[in-house]
Amino acid sequence: MIGLTLEGITRRFPAEGPGETTEKTVLQDISLAIEPGAFVTVVGPSGVGKTTLLRIIAGLDHGFQGRVAWSENRQPKIGMVFQEPRLAPWLSVIDNLLLIAAPGARAEALDLLDLVELAGSENALPRQLSGGMQRRAALARALLAKPDLLLLDEPLISLDSTRAERLRSHLVGYWQARKPTIVMVTHDFVEAVELSSRVIALAPESGRIALDRTIPLPHPRRVTDPAEAALLDELRDLARDWPAPSHTTEEGEAAPRASNAAMRLLTI
Amino acid sequence: MKAAAALEVPRRRPDWLRFKLPSFIALLVLWQVSAMLIADPALFPTPLATLETGYLHLMTGELLFSLAVTLARVAVAFFFAMALGSAIGIALGRSQPMDAIFGGWLSIALNMPALVTIVLCYVWFGLSETAAIVAVTINKAPTVAAIMREGARALDRQLLEATQVFGVSRWKVLRHVVLPQLAPSFIASARAGLALTWKIVLVVELLGRPNGIGFQIRTFFNYFDIAGILAYSLAFIAIVLAIENFIVQPVERRTGRWRTA
Ligand SMILES: Nc1ncnc2c1ncn2[C@@H]1O[C@H](COP(=O)(O)OP(=O)(O)O)[C@@H](O)[C@H]1O
Ligand SMILES: [Mg+2]
Repeated sequence: MIGLTLEGITRRFPAEGPGETTEKTVLQDISLAIEPGAFVTVVGPSGVGKTTLLRIIAGLDHGFQGRVAWSENRQPKIGMVFQEPRLAPWLSVIDNLLLIAAPGARAEALDLLDLVELAGSENALPRQLSGGMQRRAALARALLAKPDLLLLDEPLISLDSTRAERLRSHLVGYWQARKPTIVMVTHDFVEAVELSSRVIALAPESGRIALDRTIPLPHPRRVTDPAEAALLDELRDLARDWPAPSHTTEEGEAAPRASNAAMRLLTI
Repeated sequence: MKAAAALEVPRRRPDWLRFKLPSFIALLVLWQVSAMLIADPALFPTPLATLETGYLHLMTGELLFSLAVTLARVAVAFFFAMALGSAIGIALGRSQPMDAIFGGWLSIALNMPALVTIVLCYVWFGLSETAAIVAVTINKAPTVAAIMREGARALDRQLLEATQVFGVSRWKVLRHVVLPQLAPSFIASARAGLALTWKIVLVVELLGRPNGIGFQIRTFFNYFDIAGILAYSLAFIAIVLAIENFIVQPVERRTGRWRTA
């Protein structure tokens, strides 16, 4: 298990429009210690810098100030679900997964596709899949990396609600079985409160941390529990003046659920 | 059920039978008729006379030898031009500073008249095989570089980022992520280059080589042997079309399959 510390992270982007002269600060002096094995969710209005924060942690951003330090003296193995699926269009789904894995991972890749309810689609090209199916393939790819650190940028957005529900419980199962450290961006407060061990809300305008709560409750959780309901209320209160997120939901296709074989992946 | 559905589809004759062959025959007829009208076999021989000349040269072995010599030059120059042009193009496409500094040089190279490079190469390196190959390579490489630069610029950065995060090895990224994206540019430049290369090779041969199609054409020119010129040209066109049809196009179809919706 690996933990990480963010020290005084600030990210400014140069002004975009020709009229604008001032640079835009999206993250300001973010300091945060994430303990090994934590499941942290990051919430905040659109444009606040959630994706940017994940990119900084992943080592993809080179223009930030501050420091990212690991709890161990090594780079963690990272699995990431980007905001976009980012699959190679010329590779089949299974080949997209195997591209990032060590040799001999085929059986596990198939099991993971099964887990995200894509059994039977392994030989399809990405363009033959719906957007939601591509996202799930991207989730399977991230898990196949056997990550110490799992970075998830709205991984379950645009899935129909019953499937999202099942995948949420798979995700918790995976976390409990494999103990990766997870940082997940979501716009869904219920998701944040149901899944994670800690919720961090970023404040618009200032780009600072508006709220940071640990959730020491066992799984499975119910939002009707008083402690959770209270946190949910707090988040909703905070978000009263945030602009509403816009996103669409895919229609539920008649795809198979995860088989019992795939569920083995979630046993400790 | 599948078989029945297949039977219902009206069987269409392949495209080349319906259009290409008739139009090709029409061209031959047009040639024959206009040659008969002009009625000057020395100035404008008929297709049959041309075929006869071609047959004679085929029998002496002259035609095949010239074809082989020219094709060998095309192949060697093509190889060097593709290698050099791809390397330059990818370097410029991947690195903005490189493009800023050397992009202008490429523009100059692209607009250099072929004749100038050929003449300069012969002057500097002598009337040698090396000079001929260098001249053709220098002529064609910029075209390849320009096309490959566009391809390299358009590489999917999001995908490259993903492979970086997952720690995919350089070799796997090159083999499975970069090359598949460059393949269409590579084939486009090969195709654009192939036509260009053989035309330039003929000029190079005409100006300073003792063999090959271009040399033969100069000889025929000296004797006003129009039938010879036409016969050699047509033989070469046939070879180029065969390469296009049986090598370039199949490869193109294979590499572009994932694009078709
Ligand atoms: N490469 C970039 N160049 C300029 N501005 C950027 C860049 N990346 C992100 N931004 C800006 O930073 C802000 C935060 O972006 P992002 O991290 O994607 O927000 P979120 O994921 O919270 O919606 C946005 O307003 C966006 O315009
Ligand atoms: Mg985002």
